[in-house]
Amino acid sequence: MGKPGTTEQPLRVAIIGAGPTGYYAADPLLRQEGVVVEVDLYDRLPTPYGLVRLGVAPDHQKIKSVTAAFDKVAAHPRFRFFGGVEFGKDVTLADLRAHYHQIVYCTGAQTDRRMGVPGEDLQGSHPATEFVAWYNGHPDYRDSQFDLSVERVAVVGVGNVAVDVARILCRSADELAKTDIADYALQALRASRIKEVYLLGRRGPAQAAFTNPEIRELGELADADIAVVPAEVELDPASRASVEKNPDRATMKKVEILQGYALRKPSGKSRRLVVRFLVSPVELLGDASGRVVGMRLTQNELYATPTGALQPRATDRFEELAVGLVFRSVGYRGVPLPGVPFNEKWGVILNEKGRVLDPDTKQPVVGEYTAGWIKRGPSGVIGTNKPDAAETVECMLEDLAQGAVRAPAQPAAAAAEALVRQRRPGYVSYADWRQLNELEVARGRALGRPRLKFTRVEEMLGALGR
Amino acid sequence: MNLATILARKGAQTVTVRSEQTIREGLALLARHNIGALIVVEGADRPVGILSERDIVREAARREDVFARKVAELMTRDVITGQPQDDLQSVAHTMTEKRVRHLPVVDQGRLVGVVSIGDVVKAQRDEYRGEAETLQAQLLADQPGRSQ
Repeated sequence: MGKPGTTEQPLRVAIIGAGPTGYYAADPLLRQEGVVVEVDLYDRLPTPYGLVRLGVAPDHQKIKSVTAAFDKVAAHPRFRFFGGVEFGKDVTLADLRAHYHQIVYCTGAQTDRRMGVPGEDLQGSHPATEFVAWYNGHPDYRDSQFDLSVERVAVVGVGNVAVDVARILCRSADELAKTDIADYALQALRASRIKEVYLLGRRGPAQAAFTNPEIRELGELADADIAVVPAEVELDPASRASVEKNPDRATMKKVEILQGYALRKPSGKSRRLVVRFLVSPVELLGDASGRVVGMRLTQNELYATPTGALQPRATDRFEELAVGLVFRSVGYRGVPLPGVPFNEKWGVILNEKGRVLDPDTKQPVVGEYTAGWIKRGPSGVIGTNKPDAAETVECMLEDLAQGAVRAPAQPAAAAAEALVRQRRPGYVSYADWRQLNELEVARGRALGRPRLKFTRVEEMLGALGR
Repeated sequence: MNLATILARKGAQTVTVRSEQTIREGLALLARHNIGALIVVEGADRPVGILSERDIVREAARREDVFARKVAELMTRDVITGQPQDDLQSVAHTMTEKRVRHLPVVDQGRLVGVVSIGDVVKAQRDEYRGEAETLQAQLLADQPGRSQ
């Protein structure tokens, strides 16, 4: 038999994970000239779009508009979506190997890094991602509980996720009511008694990961004043030397915006958002019942590593911050998939340019690939996954040309569909999803909101008449 | 973006050589792995130097017995090393200014990978492309009826 990739025998590809990377991998495969590819996109949830639906903040609807491009990919006649079908549970690696020439893992960075400090597991200390998944209506987290009756909250980290969490906590109910935030989260946040939210960065303002539009947005909240500690937004000697050697306009602008916040006076809004720099939690403090009541912070100073990067170093100056709720957002890592080689060091699938490697021989595992955050770790914006996925697809086509593809026993689209139907009779197709989408949008329209999400799998299947 | 992001998609293998090995052995490694430099390690993967193709070429132009000599004699000892958390912007600046082509990355005293200037340029390019892609998708979504 000849190589797959023809009309008689298309190249059959399974992509695991329907986040942005899954679509970015599907797109160039389906557009190949001279190679006929069929893509089946699997997701363990009934809904596609991954973090665009369940991570991107509800008050950032514009960012979510990227889904229009994903729907265009999905409209291709050789594309299918198998929603609500979990890899390793509903379909195993052996199943996929029997049905596909190539498999691409795009499962993202699903777990958070721990701070590694005493008291981290006290009641009231949560991963920020859990809160994000909750307010975005992720079915696995919709029943999570957060005590919003406390007055003071600390969010550890100054990356995009930390900033989202702090901003959502500071938004007024009126602001949130215009978004597609999960309905139960809207109710809970409406009753929130939070007065002060701290964002804690371990390095200085020049090194903070947030972007300038994000930090500007924090200064424009309807019912929260922004504050910084003036001394913390002055450049320290190491940062000053660094920006003088390697000037960067965006960095200078960021520092300027923050220094502007130092001059602001409280305007009487009901909440206060305090952005702190050069501090790291060293311990969370609890009361007798095991609830968080505060944290001990060490003040940091910066030093230049041999490459000129600035890293924090703890000093012997400490302070205490009284907070009743803590969200940690200090980094993310991937979760190993059953049967797929994992690189513990970096928290990604063991790979080279997207080719999955055998841990013993360090040679590629034929027919298996990876892309996105589970390939390189969490970095960049949504679109960063496009060149990343393109690199993987290049490897896939190179291997196809070399004849290095799997020879599955049942390489027919119908056989894969029969398998899915047998394992998950209620799976969600793309047409089903489009129907769910319309229902959500219609439910939202009645309330003046972009959509009202279904947040339980049974609810989604029920809406589809299953 | 930091150095860990680059190393995560480079497999787990870093090609190293020991200082007591010969240049002949070093050359064989360079050829077999199609790379431009070897990290010289001692003990438990502690980097002590770097041996580049240029180090070898320079010496070969001077004398003929280069193959039998020890890596220790030709390697560059004064090596700048990176840490996984070092940000790309600082690294790109330092590698360009100091003409460094290969940067060993060290975590708690152990070598965990090597980043080349090509890796850094590619990562930066992909970062810019990604940002442009995201902005473009948002702009197009604002203009109904326009397609890509």
